[in-house]
Amino acid sequence: MYDVIIIGGGVSGAASARELSRYKVNVCLLEKEHDVCCGTTKANSAIVHAGYDAANGSLMAKLNVRGNEMMEQLSKELDFPFKRNGSLVICRDEEDMPNLQALYERGVQNGVKDLRIISREELVEMEPNITDDAVAALYAPTGGIVCPFNLNIALAENANVNGVEFKFNTEVIDIKKVDDHFEIQTNNGVYEAKCIVNAAGVYADKLHNMVSENKIHITPRRGDYCLLDKTAGGHVSKTIFALPGKYGKGILVTPTVHGNLLIGPTAIDIEDKEGINTTAEGLQEVISKAGASVKNIPMRQVITSFAGLRAHEDGHEFIIGEVEDCEGFFDCAGIESPGLSSAPAIGEMVANILKEKMGLEEKEDFIATRKGVLDPEELSLEERKQLIKENPAYGNIICRCEMVTEGEIIDAIKRPLGATSLDGVKRRTRAGMGRCQSGFCAPRTMEILARELGVDMSEITKSGKGSEIIVGTNKDRL
Amino acid sequence: MKSYDIVIVGGGPAGLAAAASAKENGIDSILILERDRELGGILNQCIHNGFGLHTFKEELTGPEYAGRFIEKVEDLGIEYMLNTMVMDISTDKVVTAMNREEGLFEIQAKAIILAMGCRERPRGALNTPGYRPAGIFSAGTAQRLVNMEGYLPGREVVILGSGDIGLIMARRMTIEGAKVKLVAELMPYSGGLKRNIVQCLDDFNIPLKLSHTVVDIDGKDRVKGITLAQVDERNKPIPGTEEYIPCDTLLLSCGLIPENELSRGLGIDMEAVTNGPIVNESLETSAEGVFACGNVLHVHDLVDFVSEEAAMAGKNAVRYIKEARNEEVARIDMVPTDGVRYTVPKYIRLEKMEDTLTVRFRVGGVYKNCYISTYFDGERVMKRKRPVVAPGEMEEIKLSKAKLAEYPNLKTITVKIEEA
Repeated sequence: MYDVIIIGGGVSGAASARELSRYKVNVCLLEKEHDVCCGTTKANSAIVHAGYDAANGSLMAKLNVRGNEMMEQLSKELDFPFKRNGSLVICRDEEDMPNLQALYERGVQNGVKDLRIISREELVEMEPNITDDAVAALYAPTGGIVCPFNLNIALAENANVNGVEFKFNTEVIDIKKVDDHFEIQTNNGVYEAKCIVNAAGVYADKLHNMVSENKIHITPRRGDYCLLDKTAGGHVSKTIFALPGKYGKGILVTPTVHGNLLIGPTAIDIEDKEGINTTAEGLQEVISKAGASVKNIPMRQVITSFAGLRAHEDGHEFIIGEVEDCEGFFDCAGIESPGLSSAPAIGEMVANILKEKMGLEEKEDFIATRKGVLDPEELSLEERKQLIKENPAYGNIICRCEMVTEGEIIDAIKRPLGATSLDGVKRRTRAGMGRCQSGFCAPRTMEILARELGVDMSEITKSGKGSEIIVGTNKDRL
Repeated sequence: MKSYDIVIVGGGPAGLAAAASAKENGIDSILILERDRELGGILNQCIHNGFGLHTFKEELTGPEYAGRFIEKVEDLGIEYMLNTMVMDISTDKVVTAMNREEGLFEIQAKAIILAMGCRERPRGALNTPGYRPAGIFSAGTAQRLVNMEGYLPGREVVILGSGDIGLIMARRMTIEGAKVKLVAELMPYSGGLKRNIVQCLDDFNIPLKLSHTVVDIDGKDRVKGITLAQVDERNKPIPGTEEYIPCDTLLLSCGLIPENELSRGLGIDMEAVTNGPIVNESLETSAEGVFACGNVLHVHDLVDFVSEEAAMAGKNAVRYIKEARNEEVARIDMVPTDGVRYTVPKYIRLEKMEDTLTVRFRVGGVYKNCYISTYFDGERVMKRKRPVVAPGEMEEIKLSKAKLAEYPNLKTITVKIEEA
């Protein structure tokens, strides 16, 4: 019997796990996929919003601003890439200026610091590629960009080092309240826990509705994106939003924390909770609307497109707390944008609620820091030479686009909750994330995975069971 | 810091031929830097035959063709380093490289030859909608898995793009036990060599669907099928022509991109059409003493032409080292137009030109019964009748220095396709 079982290894679940691991409490996290960061967290805008968007007084507003404040410190503690690059909301019509003003005021009331409305002149100075019809912009210096993979992975690794167990490929089928605890039926047997944290992303309504009569409903809201090569990464320096419309924040144009250019997302409500396919219409919308805020985007530099699902709850608000008619079951649901920005604050809030509920005591031996996969490019020439002397694998480039060495890939595999798939390696090291999209390094990374995990090449997957890369050997059926 | 007269980046067909030529032209201090575990580059995975008809007047496999040049490089005693990645080239010709044994190290060169080859255009660059499951490979990646490692990437295969590697892989996958259902090509003509269409598709009854593309990829974990659609003359899918093809694998052979990250780092002027450096008659880039050849310069159809071009680069690098330079010389610009997409070289300095110069280019469409015409300023000085020219095959004209010398104030040489 666990004290707490967290369902879902996305950023909310991992943040909750990490914050709970500060306390003397027996925690297990169940994840239906083969790795953390496989759902909503893996495909989004990778933005740390300033916090002017959400309605005054909402939980979204509060946690966004708090999460934004916490992110910098957290990025240092857990060693993941984060940059406060600032964000701009572009107004293209004098008639819309009241809306920009309203956004400014909402931001100020939400507690966003240093917000100001800037003139076209200042805007063009900041962003020479801004659209010619931009008349003014809301500038939020606290806006930032983050690596969502490494944020999620870092939180999970740190939670694991501090004692949280992780069970992968474990999908919850049913939840029953039995006396004072829960029985969680999964494809891998039954788990028991005193409390449950429901951080199941687009499936959070399904889990909630297993135990509660007060039903919630989550719509997977798909967003299509295009990612451009690093050669286009300097096209803008800040995150550029269009003034919000009915469906969220419109198409944004932003550098990523790794130096690519990202444009998107669309907002298309769908039924399928696994429907992460891009569509021709969606991609076309991204391409055409991105040009509305930023001119001359070098679309020939697109290296990949992808889609992610936002977990949109009907009430468009984070649902965090104990379910009224099911004691011990805690929702962390409806975590759509600004969910990534809020993640550190969501984890803190979940942990605080459980601390109160269960009377948790702090551990003396909590390890607050974690070192990420060593990036040799951050070393000095001498340090790098020394590193290769000690471990020649750091002298062997595997991914030539992102210049990822064998040493980094081995590190990603061997560390706590290490990578077991090509996508796992990719999210931890960026191998395969560059302009050739793994054409060159995939066979080489497969070899390293097979060797380090001690498995056959035929067992190497892109992203867990069913996604095996090769299907056999030459002439095996002839 | 070690120093060499000539450092060659890449030990594929271009690098090998450049090295041999430089040595034969009288420079001994040469170093080839190769990132893979053996010399030969992409030829090592091209185990089909058809290489070397021009160079050796016989049909060799890729490894055999590479082997001839590797042997030559060995016989000439040219130094090379394997498993070595070049990280950076500075404007003062310091090459920074890395490998397991020596770590990060620098080499000073007098001349540098860029021979890094090219890479394949990935799915993302095509903006093909759908899921992103396992089972989507660039044709070259599949070729490596099958030919170098003995693994079968899939059993029911659709190939998008009729580039040569895609055509070759249609045959390879079939021979290894996979069912290749079709090859789809967006354009109304193939991007590959005619002989590959005959030998790799027709001979195996694999349909080639011209003016077709993949408009959707199905399958959340592994590819389950693709949706094929016909396209109109603007390459847009025609509604109502969609057809679902069940398959577990999609191979992409949709073009090659010269691998010029190092060149860009050097600040070399680039040609937008080829994605390669702009070069003069000596195959010298805008960075003095830095030469380019092979697929890093422009994507070739036959390796024989790579070898020929690279030999010129090697010879010219030697001349650069041995001869006086820095004098201002007049340049004649090459102007590609009317169906001719680009030329290599982009401009000519008459003083530096050899007695004859081969100008290579590709055309932008299929033209039948046409002339390839060459104009010196306004005057047509050459025309060559061609029954058919197509984008999949490289074309060339030969310029003679004597002829150019007859036009003392020549400013431009125009190459175009004209109706015969």
